[in-house]
This record gives sequence, structure tokens and C-alpha cells, in this order.
Amino acid sequence: MTRHRGRGMASINYPIGMNLGGDPSQALVHSNPSGKFTVALSSIDLGQGMKSVTRQICAETLGVPVEDVYVDTADSDTGPHCMGSFASRGTHRVGNAVMAAAREARGVMMEAAAEELEVNAADLETDGRGNIHVKGAPHRSISTKDVAIAAQFKQGRTISGRGIFLVPLSEVNPETGEMSPATCYAHACLVAEVDVDDETGEVAMIRMDSAYELGRALNPRLVEQQLVGGAWMGVSHALYETPEPYYPEPVHGPRDFVEYLMPGPGDICPHDIAVLERPAPDGPFGAKGPGEMCANPVLPAVANAIFNAVGVRIDDLPITPEKVLRAIKAQGGARPQARR
Amino acid sequence: MSKIPLQFRHNGREVAIFVDGGTNLLVALRELIGDMTPKFGCGQGGCGTCSVMIDGELHLSCLTLAETVTGRSVETLDGMKQGPNLHPLQRAFADNFAAQCGYCTPGMLMAAKALLDRNPSPSRDEVIEAISGNICRCTGYEPIINAILAVAGGRVSA
Ligand code: FES
Ligand code: FES
Repeated sequence: MTRHRGRGMASINYPIGMNLGGDPSQALVHSNPSGKFTVALSSIDLGQGMKSVTRQICAETLGVPVEDVYVDTADSDTGPHCMGSFASRGTHRVGNAVMAAAREARGVMMEAAAEELEVNAADLETDGRGNIHVKGAPHRSISTKDVAIAAQFKQGRTISGRGIFLVPLSEVNPETGEMSPATCYAHACLVAEVDVDDETGEVAMIRMDSAYELGRALNPRLVEQQLVGGAWMGVSHALYETPEPYYPEPVHGPRDFVEYLMPGPGDICPHDIAVLERPAPDGPFGAKGPGEMCANPVLPAVANAIFNAVGVRIDDLPITPEKVLRAIKAQGGARPQARR
Repeated sequence: MSKIPLQFRHNGREVAIFVDGGTNLLVALRELIGDMTPKFGCGQGGCGTCSVMIDGELHLSCLTLAETVTGRSVETLDGMKQGPNLHPLQRAFADNFAAQCGYCTPGMLMAAKALLDRNPSPSRDEVIEAISGNICRCTGYEPIINAILAVAGGRVSA
């Protein structure tokens, strides 16, 4: 038995969002009499951090501390419409909707503050710490809490805003076949190193090195968390997971987690990640978002690394030991390729 | 089927319930005691998210017959906090971004606690071994391993 080391690389362009009849998301922002703000969404945060990121976007746009913003989401009965958390669209689409709603709410907040301070709203600015003051005269100031109270109990107005972000449907040009299904793209490159055992067909991950370009990283720790975790979903799709191992034959489908394999804590390897930030012109504060791209480059990189290690080209996922062994046998043994 | 009376300690508190014969501990905890911290992942021992401690030992509650805990002490994630303060492991999980969807987290925390209770300064390999019965879809395990090592190395305190 020999273990062969191989290295493979893949680069991807990844479109943010989707194009099935237009791609909208909505957000509503309003202040409570306490001077705190609520963002109402129906977009789902399933652990990727959308609540944190939309909270940051709202606070930054309003000019208030992030602690003063609460994101209420995931109830599609009561929240404004969202297409959903998929297609890597959350940060970009929902973030833009939140930004629009917060901008409108900020306008009302400044009007209400202007009425209290008896100045023109255009002369006011926020300090990001919960106060609104006259430009160049910080002592002529009012807290957002007092503005909210005045708006609610004295002026009789709601400090609120509506936001929608819509990427309209892009139809196919019947002449040329062209369309533009996405308004911005994220990019990634990943190098995977694997060991392939030519007796068992098993593939072990040795290390990964990657670079991701995803617009501005609004919350770098959350971006890192997505990239670290998502890469292992990619490895899992590359090497382990399938409901139908002999597709299109439905036989021998897994019935439990003993047969439906996923990497365990003993299978992981070092992964070095570089994040490049090229702000997207139409992204909220330049963000595109990591999304599904966390997993995508891993699959072709692993397939290429296996080819590099033993010379077999497997184009059917997942790349199970059985497929590796059959392919090695068919070509009469492992044929390690040149390493660059 | 007749009901079986069952009495045990749940996070330090005496509880008494009636269960149907064959009820597993996970169902007893969630549906009869109302402790939703042990999660139902697979119900057959493959994922670890239902992990609890029985008399200080790690067990899969989905594979434990409820009646076998009579007179014993069952600890779940619900009992991990120390009053209003997070347990150091919980704090370390937060600091290290070791939870995303959070579905594996109760089981991971119980497995980590069981490890540190018997071995306060484990090696990385021992940490990996200790959480090997727990599947995580989201994190890639690395942040979880780092969180446990941070507590073991004394880098997080209550
Ligand atoms: S629910 Fe008990 S191991 Fe999965
Ligand atoms: S955090 Fe989602 S399964 Fe572990």
C-alpha cells in the first residue's frame, strides 16, 4: 500500500443572488418609545450571522450604537416579504433593504430632532453614540431616546422606514442568448492537498489554502466562521455525502448517520484563509457576502488533487473510496502526476 | 401499556414523572420534564446532540431507557450555567464562534464538560476523541476544538 500526496487547485466566480422572476427582499425599521430600533424581517438567520450583519447595517445607517438595534426576524406571517436565505443573497439583498429602510427612518428621526432643537434637519448630525447634535455645535444636542419620546408623545409621528431591494428579472435575449442574472460576483481560489491510499481508495485531507474576494467583510469574524465551516461542507460533498450512492439506481441509500457520512472532528486539517475586500458598488457598505461560495471551490480542488495524486479523473460526486479504487484498477495502478 | 413511576435528580433537583415502558430518556426530558436543551438529531445514537451526563458519565439520552435513571443524577445543558453566569465552556464557545445554527452545541458542550471533568488539561487529540461522537454541520469543528482547548488552558474563566 502506498499513500500518494496530491495537490489541486480551483478558482470560481460566484453570482450573488438569483434570477427566478426577480429577486426582492423587504425590511421595515421603526423606533420604540425607548429610543431603540427594531428591524422587522422575515429573512432567516440559520447560523450564518444575518441578524448580526443586518443589525450592524441598520445601526450604521441610522447613526446609532449597534446595541440600540434589535432584529426581529424569521416570522413570514408578520415580517415583510423576503425571498429567503439562499443563493448567497442574505447580506447583499436583505442588507440593502435594511439600509433603505434605515435611511428613511433616519430622515424622520432627524426631522423630529430638528423640531425639538428648533433648527433645520439638514444642520444636524448623529454622533453614533445615541445623540443628535447641530453640526459644529455639539452642545446643542438631544439623545435619540428623547427624540423618540418626543415623536411618540408630542409630535405624533412614527420614526420608521420602509426598504425594498429588488434585482429585476433578467430575460434572455432571444437573438444572442445573453442575460445578466446577477449584479455582482464574488470570487475564490482554493488549493487542496490530499493523501490518496491506493490500496483502500481512501482520501485524507492534508491541508487547504484559500483566498476569497467577497466585497467588504462587514463582520470579519463572522466571515471567517463561514469560510472555516463552509469549507468542510465542501469536503463533505466532495468525499462523503450522498443520499443515492449508485445514482440513478436508488439502491444502497444511507439510512442513518453511520451510512450517510460526514467529516468528523478527526478528519479536519489546517486551512489558511486570506480574505480580499473589493467593495461591490451596489452592495450595502460594499458587501457581497461569503454564502455558498464557502463550499464551492473545495469540490473541484479536491477532485484535481486526487488526479494529481494518483492520476484518476473522477467526475462523479462524492469521490468515494470505491470510485477511486475502481478507477485506479481500470488504469492499471496509481499514476502520480507531476507536482508543481 | 401501564405507566412506570420514575424519580431521579435533574440538574440537582428531584423530579418525579410517569413514563410509558420503553420511553427513552430524551423524550422523558423534553416532553415530560420540559428541558429542551438535549436535542433530537437522529434518535439512534449517530449524532450526539442528545448527550447528557448520568452520574457524571456521558450518555446518549436517545439510547437510554428512561427507567434506567431511577435514583440517579442526570445533568443536561440546562444545568450548566452557574446562576446568571455562563459556564466557562459556554463563554469559550461564544468567544470562539463555535456555534452557528447551534443544533450540535448542547451535545458538544456536554461532551466537552465530561472530558474536562475527568481530564482538566487534555491534548488536542484527546479533545478530538472526546467529541468524535458528535456531528457538526456548520463549524468545521476547528472553532469547537479551540474553544475547549481555551478552557483547558485556563484562558477562559467564569
Ligand atoms: S439524537 Fe441521540 S445520538 Fe442523535
Ligand atoms: S453549529 Fe450547526 S451543527 Fe454545529
